Amino acid sequence: MPVSIISAKDAADLIPDGATVMFGGFMNCGGPKTVVDSLIEAGKKNLTLICNDTGLPGVGVAKLIENHMVSSLKATHVGLNPETGRQINAQELEFELIPQGTFVERIRAGGAGLGGFLTPSGVGTTVAEGKQVFNILGRDYLLELPLKAEFAILRGNMADKAGNIYYRRATRNFNVAMATAADTVIAEIENIVEIGELDPDMVMTPGIFVDYLVPVGGEK
Amino acid sequence: MKPKELIARRVAQEFHNGDFVNLGIGIPTLVANYLPEGVSITLHAENGFLGMGPAPEEGSEDPDIVNAGGQPSSILPGGASIDSATSFAIIRGGHLRATVLGALQVDEEGNLANWMIPGKMVSGMGGAMDLVVGARQVIIAMEHTAKGKPKILKKCTLPLTAVKEVDLIVTEMGVFDYRQGLTLREIGPDVSLDDIRGATEASFEVSNDLKPMLT
Repeated sequence: MPVSIISAKDAADLIPDGATVMFGGFMNCGGPKTVVDSLIEAGKKNLTLICNDTGLPGVGVAKLIENHMVSSLKATHVGLNPETGRQINAQELEFELIPQGTFVERIRAGGAGLGGFLTPSGVGTTVAEGKQVFNILGRDYLLELPLKAEFAILRGNMADKAGNIYYRRATRNFNVAMATAADTVIAEIENIVEIGELDPDMVMTPGIFVDYLVPVGGEK
Repeated sequence: MKPKELIARRVAQEFHNGDFVNLGIGIPTLVANYLPEGVSITLHAENGFLGMGPAPEEGSEDPDIVNAGGQPSSILPGGASIDSATSFAIIRGGHLRATVLGALQVDEEGNLANWMIPGKMVSGMGGAMDLVVGARQVIIAMEHTAKGKPKILKKCTLPLTAVKEVDLIVTEMGVFDYRQGLTLREIGPDVSLDDIRGATEASFEVSNDLKPMLT
């Protein structure tokens, strides 16, 4: 089944103010820069941003923070973007910091229909506050709950028109899990090819998870 | 030898040919420069690959390859790209031989604080909490004191990264482990036991077999 191929502007138009949106990428490597720029042009407000980090100043999702488009943030590390820290300290931004392994596994659980999972990460730390602890075979684990979103915005190196995506090198990161965990999945793609041109063995996100492809240039 | 180089050289002695290891930012990153002759290890970058190589020369960066600090990196022959869920399955699942991290504070019980200073800029734990509960050996590589103040304490006062997970502490003054409670096993060059006691808040045993620091 072919998926819809739309412009970055059309992709931004799908996303209402106040939406909960996952962004793939790690420090902008594998992050959807083009759709981010369209969201900025469209002046979106009150987004809940679910992303590993808030990037470096002036690049990718960092610009959503800098343009005050985000009211709530779920991330693992924001230390390389001072503006994020400033907004948190000024209480302009609601935030939750999540251990990186827990972050991706919560998203994976959300996409995989699981009610949560037990992890040793964060036991005995502030991350454990308010969470149930289970002792399994002598070790303590925290119950962590699934994380989903209305939208996921991803970036891939190549996709066919059936929405099957291939990621290059270190860009696979959170894109794979996020593709499974949102109601609407938009992927900006550097090279869109015809059905049959992407070997099935190369597919890292199958098209069943993908709703829209946005063709972008090779800009990084 | 500068303290950081001394620490990195000592940590490098822990590894055996074929080990899979995650190195944190700062002194831990230097460890890869001092591996003993004939020892080759595979570095794990938690953002998504195994087989991390050196930073590329300026002008030949690949924007699709960054390390866990977001800096340009490279993947060596034999490396593998992975997604984040797989990366943290490797970490939590005990598949890494070791993780080497810096610390703000470590204490007598092996508790570690290295992710947050209340009142200072918010940063986040990234992958640190997963690394220290998951890797088979947790090695802290740090300078012994910060601005003259001890970092090896009776009890950590900063928010913890993990409880009782530290296995080895390497500083320029010595090497400690927790096999029989916090114990000084090796002593650094040009320092005395009294120097170490004066720079350490925690109580520690001194090994009967105290050795000069391996480098």
